[in-house]
Amino acid sequence: MLELTSISKSFGGLKVLDDVNLTVPQGSIFGLIGPNGAGKTTVFNLITGLIPPTSGTITFDGADLAGLPPHRITRLGIARTFQNIRIFKEMSLLENVLVGRHRHIDYGVISMLFSLPDYRAQEAAARTRAYELLDWVGLGGKAHEIADTLSYGEQRRLEIARALATEPHLLLLDEPVAGMNPAEKTELMKAVRAINERGYTVFLIEHDMRFVMGLCEQVAVLNFGRIITCDKPEAVRNNPDVIEAYLGRDDDANTRERA
Amino acid sequence: MDAFLLWFDEFWAVYSNLVLTLGINALLALSIWLTLACGVLALANAAFMGIGAYAGALATLNYDSPFALSIGVAMVAPSLVALAIGLPVLRLGGVYLAMATLGFGEVVRVVILNTESITGGALGLNGIPQYTQWWHVLLALVIVIFVLARLHRSKTGRAFEAIKVDETAASLMGVDLRANKLLAFVLGAAIAGLAGALNAHLTFFIGPQEYGFDRGVEILTMAILGGVTSIIGPIIGAVFLTLLPELLRGLADFRLIVNGFILVAVVLFLPNGLWDPARFRRWFGSGR
Repeated sequence: MLELTSISKSFGGLKVLDDVNLTVPQGSIFGLIGPNGAGKTTVFNLITGLIPPTSGTITFDGADLAGLPPHRITRLGIARTFQNIRIFKEMSLLENVLVGRHRHIDYGVISMLFSLPDYRAQEAAARTRAYELLDWVGLGGKAHEIADTLSYGEQRRLEIARALATEPHLLLLDEPVAGMNPAEKTELMKAVRAINERGYTVFLIEHDMRFVMGLCEQVAVLNFGRIITCDKPEAVRNNPDVIEAYLGRDDDANTRERA
Repeated sequence: MDAFLLWFDEFWAVYSNLVLTLGINALLALSIWLTLACGVLALANAAFMGIGAYAGALATLNYDSPFALSIGVAMVAPSLVALAIGLPVLRLGGVYLAMATLGFGEVVRVVILNTESITGGALGLNGIPQYTQWWHVLLALVIVIFVLARLHRSKTGRAFEAIKVDETAASLMGVDLRANKLLAFVLGAAIAGLAGALNAHLTFFIGPQEYGFDRGVEILTMAILGGVTSIIGPIIGAVFLTLLPELLRGLADFRLIVNGFILVAVVLFLPNGLWDPARFRRWFGSGR
């Protein structure tokens, strides 16, 4: 459903991504891993239209995403969360999710001004859906609290609910468990799996190996801007190139054997 | 009752101008609040007020148009100008946008100065009929507050707020940044134009220097001082800033010094403005 074809991205003289090819199949949970600075978030920024690729094409459900502004790409059915959480802190949880409903609410100026039935029905429907999504991520009871008061893990889950509110086909999660404790991680893992079972395709970036290996059907590994492998989790885990990228060269293995 | 009426007549004779100015200033503060509500620092509202004032006054003077039509012209003219300059200018952010809109304000002032045959140049326009009644201002204020309050509660209001907090996140929620900013900018221009026309038909005379940098800063100060988190803030700011010099009249020569001192104190100790719901929640517990 999502296809990146020979994508390259340079910032000045620095080549961040080099001939990246990726295919995210419909209905799957797809993982992208790699050491810090490998260019993972850049991949998401390219897909969502925040920055243009230097070369290569990205297609989503057959549509070319080149040159589309972010809000148009969202409307095609791609939503994302951010590595550094970007919720609307001064708004309530409900309002945060309602912003995600933006393009699904459609009423005229007159309806809006005079609170006509059309306006009230659509606002009510948006609220119902927002409450439902907050329930999915386990925040249903806090809908009217201000987002800033949430814990770190809760803010990450709010971001997911907000992204889902745009009714995406593809959900991009940028390091969803970063900074979470083990209990929160297990909980989020369940939530992501449940979301996938509801029919959403999930594409996630993560450092946490257990999280990725436990969830993803397919994992791609990015190192220094290049995809070094893309396979099932088991195969990726035993791939020598991956071990080298993550743990360093044989020296380390030797050290461990001696120890 | 008769005593009250007598008192009111006296009061009105002295203060009618102040009360109407209060209403007009509230309109101006609300006009800039619209752009501030989506995090856009545009300082062209004094210029839009000027365009509205001149357009309305010229319609009345040269074409004998009824007051309602003059008001309409005064709202449409700055809206069209806002539409034209908004498209390129709103691409800019932060200080650069502020600079560009200030520059636009200067251009408007200079154009008015140099089109003497139409605008009277530096001499301004004289003898504008005093059409503006107290209820015109009140009606305008009520309608504008109603529209903005409804807008604030709608999906557009939520989009504005989202843009203010985080543009990138807002755009990834499917919010069209350019369209929403342009809407705020154009609507703000229309309200500023309305205030301009009401003012012009109240003061008999208008001149280009009334719509310059000073006025722009005054409008911005009213909104910021009152607080921009809701539409109540700018109104309070306008009332405060209009009444303060009057209340301090007894201080004679020290008036402006104390006036400035109070403004500095408010900004220092109440950084979110006089009307700040978040602070009220902290003070009085979280009542829903």
